[in-house]
Amino acid sequence: MVRGARSKMDQVTATVLENRFVASSVYRLRIEAPAIARVVRPGQFLMLRVGQTLDPLLRRPFSIHAVHDSRTVDILYRVVGKGTNLLTAIKKGGKLDIVGPLGRGFSWREDLPSLFVAGGMGIAPLFFLAQIITQNGTGAKTSVLIGARNKIELLCVKELKAMGLQVEAATEDGSAGKRGLVTDLLTRKIITSRPVLYTCGPYPMLRAVAHLAREHGLSCQVSLESFMACGLGACLGCVAEMRNGDLVRVCKEGPVFDAYEVAWK
Amino acid sequence: MKKTRPDLSVRIGLLRLQNPVLTASGTFGYGQEYAGLVDLNRLGGIIVKGLSLQPRPGNMPPRTVETPCGLLNAIGLQNVGVENFIADKLPFLRNLSIPVIVNILGQDIKEYRKLAERLSSVEGIAALEVNISCPNVKAGGVVFGTDYKAAARVTRAVRAAAELPIIVKLSPNVTDIVNIARAVEEAGADAVSLINTLTGMAIDVETRRPKLHNVTGGLSGPAIKPVALRMVWQVAGAVKIPVIGCGGIMTAADALEFLIAGACAVQVGTANFVNPRATMEIISGIEEYLVRHNFKDVKSLVGSLIL
Ligand SMILES: Cc1cc2nc3c(=O)[nH]c(=O)nc-3n(C[C@H](O)[C@H](O)[C@H](O)COP(=O)(O)OP(=O)(O)OC[C@H]3O[C@@H](n4cnc5c(N)ncnc54)[C@H](O)[C@@H]3O)c2cc1C
Ligand SMILES: Cc1cc2nc3c(=O)[nH]c(=O)nc-3n(C[C@H](O)[C@H](O)[C@H](O)COP(=O)(O)O)c2cc1C
Ligand code: FES
Repeated sequence: MVRGARSKMDQVTATVLENRFVASSVYRLRIEAPAIARVVRPGQFLMLRVGQTLDPLLRRPFSIHAVHDSRTVDILYRVVGKGTNLLTAIKKGGKLDIVGPLGRGFSWREDLPSLFVAGGMGIAPLFFLAQIITQNGTGAKTSVLIGARNKIELLCVKELKAMGLQVEAATEDGSAGKRGLVTDLLTRKIITSRPVLYTCGPYPMLRAVAHLAREHGLSCQVSLESFMACGLGACLGCVAEMRNGDLVRVCKEGPVFDAYEVAWK
Repeated sequence: MKKTRPDLSVRIGLLRLQNPVLTASGTFGYGQEYAGLVDLNRLGGIIVKGLSLQPRPGNMPPRTVETPCGLLNAIGLQNVGVENFIADKLPFLRNLSIPVIVNILGQDIKEYRKLAERLSSVEGIAALEVNISCPNVKAGGVVFGTDYKAAARVTRAVRAAAELPIIVKLSPNVTDIVNIARAVEEAGADAVSLINTLTGMAIDVETRRPKLHNVTGGLSGPAIKPVALRMVWQVAGAVKIPVIGCGGIMTAADALEFLIAGACAVQVGTANFVNPRATMEIISGIEEYLVRHNFKDVKSLVGSLIL
């Protein structure tokens, strides 16, 4: 098993190679940051300073979406507020102050079938993991279940298929794939192949996947979100409750957790 | 002609700092969290996360929320407890060449005294910062910080129990901070530090729920700087012991304001989250300023406000 290790983090100034509109309110940011690209692992994230002014004050956390040639790093982000709005204004050639890579990423098994369950922006970190697992290709089956509100917000499907993955989609309005939630795609047939589950997305979806995994005795890793002030383990602001009652830092002990360890609310 | 570099060192009672820039408690973990990003040995000193006698789990999340130019937090003093600190965190800190200051918080006077005694008995701690001002815990804490008699009592208890210099950290959530500062000075504090966070809150209007699980929290960051500066200036004019300024310091210019207002040293808090290298840039910036304005040392700048 490849352990979800931590990598050496740094504060770097990265050059923006591209900041492109993808669909709906989603953008892809490509930056040149070799120091990060060389060491980053799937599931880890960066803290980005979106501007030089004091409002918004804090950095914003974003997962690593993909890495190319050990030089460039992609981030896939949705515009939801002040910070992400400012981020869209950064042009090619611009500089970004970045801290990372941070957190503990996924631990994965290349020899077992993998099943990714992604909701909305949850595909961002899972895409990177899929990239790594298929690159190292042991031939074990890797499939993706992906859900979104509608067809336009269904991200990365073409790229995932091009990587040779089997992709099934669900949309809430039925404009693509099956109508409904991504968890509706978690059928008995899929579960009987006993894959390792990797999931990221809205909290209710994560909880549903975690419950299913538990019910069927499948190994399952979830990437959690939390409001993060530092991302470094220093402020103790980002904690999530574990089943044993501990409050642990999502930025340091996570963001990826064993689904069994989380106290689902 | 080559100029000699200005002397950045300052004294806080018996404690000598190589420069006036400290990290504020609760914003720098136990130091190690920043080891890869900051040359820790360049700091004036590290003030670690507030310690209690027993480990504390802290409040339920959400614990932090951003507000315009500020951060509201209600961590609830989650910490490893004094024994785990001594066993697991202190060895790393002891290996640094800079002073380590331990911030302490008790539920009652007895706990403050026990903490002071225990921490005086181990190697590697340069001073204690007595937190009488945390707004996020129900018992203790803030009660001591808002009543001058109680503040003096805590100070006397710690003074009697500790062989270390003691800094008392003041709460801004009071009508007259000068009154409290004078009371702790009289009770034997070696220095005061101010300010801790200002109590505040934020509401999500869509759900009509508070944004913090604890409902209220402490406001920090640039939003509080003018208030902090005013209080530092007032207190520095009223007490003889050294004053350590804190609140919204992001840049060297911010730190210089506090020094000019009368602070002998400063603490950098929320800025560490925004820019992990803030302390390094502030130290360099203070030095550049002293050179530019022909000050031979930082002491000459302290309290040099022209009215
Ligand atoms: C480890 C981690 C990885 C992440 N990876 C990605 C990613 O790859 N792509 C992506 O688009 N987003 C990602 N996010 C979420 C992203 O950080 C937030 O959407 C962003 O911080 C919002 O900033 P803003 O200033 O635009 O929004 P704000 O103005 O701060 O807030 C707007 C709205 O977004 C919500 N929000 C703010 N911060 C967060 C947060 N941390 N998590 C969830 N909701 C939040 C607020 O509650 C509010 O409703 C990640 C979050 C974490 C913790
Ligand atoms: C997340 C967080 C945790 C804090 N924890 C403590 C603490 O344990 N003890 C303490 O005395 N002050 C604590 N503080 C207060 C800071 O030390 C400092 O007084 C305050 O944040 C104002 O400075 P700033 O604006 O530079 O952050 C904390 C502040 C923050 C933001
Ligand atoms: S965000 Fe500060 S400890 Fe996790």
